[in-house]
Amino acid sequence: MTQGFLQIAVFCAILIAVVPLLGAYMARVFQGERVFLTPVVAPVERGLYRVFRVDPEQGQDWKAYGRSLLVFSTLFGVLLFVILRTQGIHPFNPGDFKSGTWDLSFNTTSSFLTNTNWQYYGGETTLSNFSQMAGLAVQNFVSAAVGISVVVALIRGITARHGDGTLGNFYKDVTRIVLYILVPLSIVATVVLVSQGVIQTLGGTVGGLARGPVASQEAIKLLGTNGGGFFNVNSAYPFENPTAFSNLFEMFIILCIPAALPFTYGRMVGSRRQGWTIFGAMFSLFIISVVVVYLAERHGTPAQHLAGLNTDQFSGSGGGNLEGKEQRFGIASSSLFTAITTVVSCGAVNSAFESLTGLGGLVPMANLGYSESVFGGVGTGLYMMLLFVLLAVFIGGLMVGRTPEYLGKKIEPREVKLVSVGALFTALIVLVFTALAVGTKYGGPSVFAEGPQGFSESFYAYLSQANNNGSAWAGYAGYLQPDAPGNAGAHGVTFADIMGGFAMLFGRYVPILAVLAVAGALARKKVAPAGLGTMRTDTPTFAVLIIGVVVLIGALTFLPAFLLGPIVPSLTTHLF
Amino acid sequence: MRKDLIRSSIAVVVFTVLLGLAYPLVMTGVSQVVFPGNADGSLIRQSGKVVGSHLLARDFSRPVLGADGRPQMDADGNPVTEPDPKYFQARPSATGYSGSTTYFANRGPNQASTRDLTREHLEAYLQLERPFSPGLKASQVPVDAATFSASGVDPDISEANAAIQARRIASVRKLPLARVRELIKEHTDGRALGIFGEPGVNVTDLNLALDQEAR
Repeated sequence: MTQGFLQIAVFCAILIAVVPLLGAYMARVFQGERVFLTPVVAPVERGLYRVFRVDPEQGQDWKAYGRSLLVFSTLFGVLLFVILRTQGIHPFNPGDFKSGTWDLSFNTTSSFLTNTNWQYYGGETTLSNFSQMAGLAVQNFVSAAVGISVVVALIRGITARHGDGTLGNFYKDVTRIVLYILVPLSIVATVVLVSQGVIQTLGGTVGGLARGPVASQEAIKLLGTNGGGFFNVNSAYPFENPTAFSNLFEMFIILCIPAALPFTYGRMVGSRRQGWTIFGAMFSLFIISVVVVYLAERHGTPAQHLAGLNTDQFSGSGGGNLEGKEQRFGIASSSLFTAITTVVSCGAVNSAFESLTGLGGLVPMANLGYSESVFGGVGTGLYMMLLFVLLAVFIGGLMVGRTPEYLGKKIEPREVKLVSVGALFTALIVLVFTALAVGTKYGGPSVFAEGPQGFSESFYAYLSQANNNGSAWAGYAGYLQPDAPGNAGAHGVTFADIMGGFAMLFGRYVPILAVLAVAGALARKKVAPAGLGTMRTDTPTFAVLIIGVVVLIGALTFLPAFLLGPIVPSLTTHLF
Repeated sequence: MRKDLIRSSIAVVVFTVLLGLAYPLVMTGVSQVVFPGNADGSLIRQSGKVVGSHLLARDFSRPVLGADGRPQMDADGNPVTEPDPKYFQARPSATGYSGSTTYFANRGPNQASTRDLTREHLEAYLQLERPFSPGLKASQVPVDAATFSASGVDPDISEANAAIQARRIASVRKLPLARVRELIKEHTDGRALGIFGEPGVNVTDLNLALDQEAR
């Protein structure tokens, strides 16, 4: 056990040592300052603005920013859908895969457009290298950049001093995020991954082994918190994650941008303590989830014990619930990966969630239940957290009986309404869609397991899709492929594909519009100097208040569903 | 709106070319030059043909022969196989050690099917090893030997698992047990940086080394 906690502690130490530096770098990028990459990248950047016919200095108010974002995303969605539906005629298709079905292609398009990377398809059995590279990997970059651009706009709204209501320029933000942050990090990460044995080739299947340009996609899939694996079993497959070191590296690059953004925030609002407060609240919730899932997985499951398996640790064997986990990672590194990929809305997995213990399975669910605000997706996590911060300010203001204000800006009814929409809408989708899936006959064909496990599968599917995470209790099916490979005879489960697709689209764009509207409203407000009655928002007390708000909203909304799903198996040795 | 449509259309095309073609193709070129073996999949070739990868487990089983000396077939017309006692056996796989179609076993913590499959794995393991490790008890079988791996092609087994199988290998191959243990040690990967992950014995490489030894 000491060994496992040592892994967790060293990982956290590395993280905390590095992310403030990355946060400071990103702040410089967002504020248009010079960085060490400027001499190389600036000419490309200027060239792109010319090609896009964009004046990078032209500010946009929240409506213009949001319109650009929606048009940009819609056109990308159309392109991806067309690529998937016409896969058969594209180059780089060594497996000769046919085009996808319409319902599955809709689900996959929504999935990658929204940074979810929910996968009803099996990568190595249905997608060509062209679809993976020009379709999916492009989305891994731009959907991440869009997420970050929204939080940058929100921060500008919070810090605006002039009151003209502009939030920056969408095209400039996306371009700079891609060129200065995502591409350089991806290049470095690809080389590190290949050095460990991750494959990167255009040669097709050889000797019965499916192959492709995996490392370049793995890098951005993790850095951009996308999570869509080249292979169906994702980062458990040795060609995606071959060694214990590659696993450590992958965990780090999933978490690095979301964990650095609070520090970026602290710098941009001119108070690093604000950044540390938010980071502290996120980190506390993260550590709790790591410890719970690790302790839970160290024990075996009722099914294993009833089969006569000894799940204790003994000399030469780590013990624990190794079902659906890889030997080279063991219990601790699998648990750590599981917690990281679900607090961050990444969704890449190195073990099978469906095989987690009851209590262990509750952890990913709870992390998703916090609306992906604990670190969360790149950009999306921090803006969700800032919505919770504004809620905490509002609740704190009610408690002391003063007009709530945050960083000198009054929080008034309009903002609180918008914040509530942004913070609660996703949960509403999850509950309504899960109810439809389990309450009507149409959800049945997707379910694999009996008993509470089957409910967990359905619930997790919509929890994961609506929160744009993309991890799965993978027994849940949206696609049936009797005659692999080549898509022959395959068909989608239309209900699951369509409803999942809409869950992802709503779960992404409704909060984004609410956040941009909040940003626009805050940008127009005058800054009031802090007085004696102003509640401090850079103290440990406030961090505790944030945690309280996040846990209350997550727990209250989903407690009944948690009880029906993972909590039942964790309380009984009964088998279903 | 019109301006946005024009700008976004251009951006969609430019980003697709830059990030969807230039980036992966350049990275493929760089990887193929700097780490050619890794980039191709750490392949194992025998007489020019690719027979597997150092990173992936293989199916080390053999066909069961009927009384007539021909391979037995099951009801679906597939050959019946059994673990080949000459080789170290990898962890149970839900995919038949497939390198082309991967999926999780998806066996839940409180499912009756999980209990039945775990029991099957446990009994098969004991049946194979007991003749060479008399008195081997179920409680001595390490977890990795009776649970499905995540990838279906987990190349590693635990050190305890390798230690049990070593007795069979030594006996069947008529090798000194000390030599088998030496080979196990050579093919054991420790934790990353001495801290992360679990030690594992690479079965694919170990079996290759055993075959080398036989020559």
